[in-house]
Amino acid sequence: MGKDSKLILDPLADNNPITIQVLGICSALAITAELEASIVMSISVLFVLGVGNVVISLMRNIIPSKIRIIVQLIVVATLVIIVDLVLKAFAYELSKTLSVFVGLIITNCIIMGRFEAFALGNGPWRSFLDGIGNALGYAIILIIVGFFRELLGSGTLLGMKVLGDPIEKTGLYAIGYEDNGFMLLSPMALIVVGIIIWVQRSRNKSLIED
Amino acid sequence: MEKRTDKNSYTVLFAVGMVLIVGALLAYLASALKPLISENERLEKQQNILYAMGINNNDEGSATFVSTDEAPKLFAKYIKKQLVIENGEVKENAEAYLIDVKKEQARAKEGKARRLPLFVGEKDGKKYYIAPIRGKGLWDAIWGYVAMDENMVVQGVYFDHKGETPGLGANIKQRYFMDDFYGEHLLTEAGVFKGITISKTNSDPTNEDKNDFEIDAIAGATITGDGVTAMIKKDLRLYVPYFQNLKKQG
Repeated sequence: MGKDSKLILDPLADNNPITIQVLGICSALAITAELEASIVMSISVLFVLGVGNVVISLMRNIIPSKIRIIVQLIVVATLVIIVDLVLKAFAYELSKTLSVFVGLIITNCIIMGRFEAFALGNGPWRSFLDGIGNALGYAIILIIVGFFRELLGSGTLLGMKVLGDPIEKTGLYAIGYEDNGFMLLSPMALIVVGIIIWVQRSRNKSLIED
Repeated sequence: MEKRTDKNSYTVLFAVGMVLIVGALLAYLASALKPLISENERLEKQQNILYAMGINNNDEGSATFVSTDEAPKLFAKYIKKQLVIENGEVKENAEAYLIDVKKEQARAKEGKARRLPLFVGEKDGKKYYIAPIRGKGLWDAIWGYVAMDENMVVQGVYFDHKGETPGLGANIKQRYFMDDFYGEHLLTEAGVFKGITISKTNSDPTNEDKNDFEIDAIAGATITGDGVTAMIKKDLRLYVPYFQNLKKQG
């Protein structure tokens, strides 16, 4: 059991897909301007990575190695399209919020990375745990970045004005605080991720490469 | 010894098999769910049009449509006339709201006559003229509905988009952006069409000046904002003759 729980816990910190393996940066930049989008993206990746890892793991003995990357891509794309279609038919509102993420999920390198590195060589149950673990690791970073970018950039969290109203000058704005619009631009996501990496490595020296 | 899965023949067979299975699965799903999806899209159009004329379930903050159950009933109640303007001729058409603006724009590009849908709504004795608009944002299509009074003063808008960046361009469908349009003029006092510009240099962030033909832009969403400007100017201009006629007829 210890080995299995390691599959979930490892990617959360010491083998985090974003801060250690530096994968999935593109989507971390694109959609973390607000917390809600980060959460939605996290849930979507959790689903696709969990199920996708199981599917690839079940197919691992019959996939021809020459075209395995294409096969992996097809599996992700199919899963995402199925989810998108089903949502469009039964939860239309939700599907509209999610449609932006579809493209980003298909091209998310974490997903391809886990298929290639783990699911192709391990059984379905372990692959499932690995998928969930990595998706959670991805989610943590996304949510931290989304939290700071929305808070400092727009002064809101999940759309709620937590720092007061910037136009009517209430709350923090009354004493001269201003939102930092720069936080909303993609480069700041990279800088926030950089700060997280810095904090993480200064606490755990074994993560520092020579 | 070569593994069975490394053979070229196996690879080709596998690829063909996989494509067939996945293709069939997706095609089946897509066609099986099609009626449900297009029904959802139909209701959404009704909700959008009603939203633009101020019939919605907005509470503090977020933009909320009337429920899908109520939409057809309210649509029939408040939308008095659905018009199609073609070559200056105005005809009634009960299915005008289903006209695909994208297709009509493509027809106009080919030099054919473009059908312009216009919905005449009435609420509390006041008339609303609602026109659909469509354009390009940063990543993909953006579109919307603009409700105007007989002087082309904006009475409400609804914007939507296919794939603008969440938190930036996607915020064109947020209340704080859409609500700014209320009361904004499209025509100068002389009656010349000027449209509305999404402006980064607007010195009126609370949008008190309704005669400046400008709306405060969203930070970080310049291209999406420019797209909104362009679709307002391009598409609403086409409706000017209708409103001029309306004036003449008194």
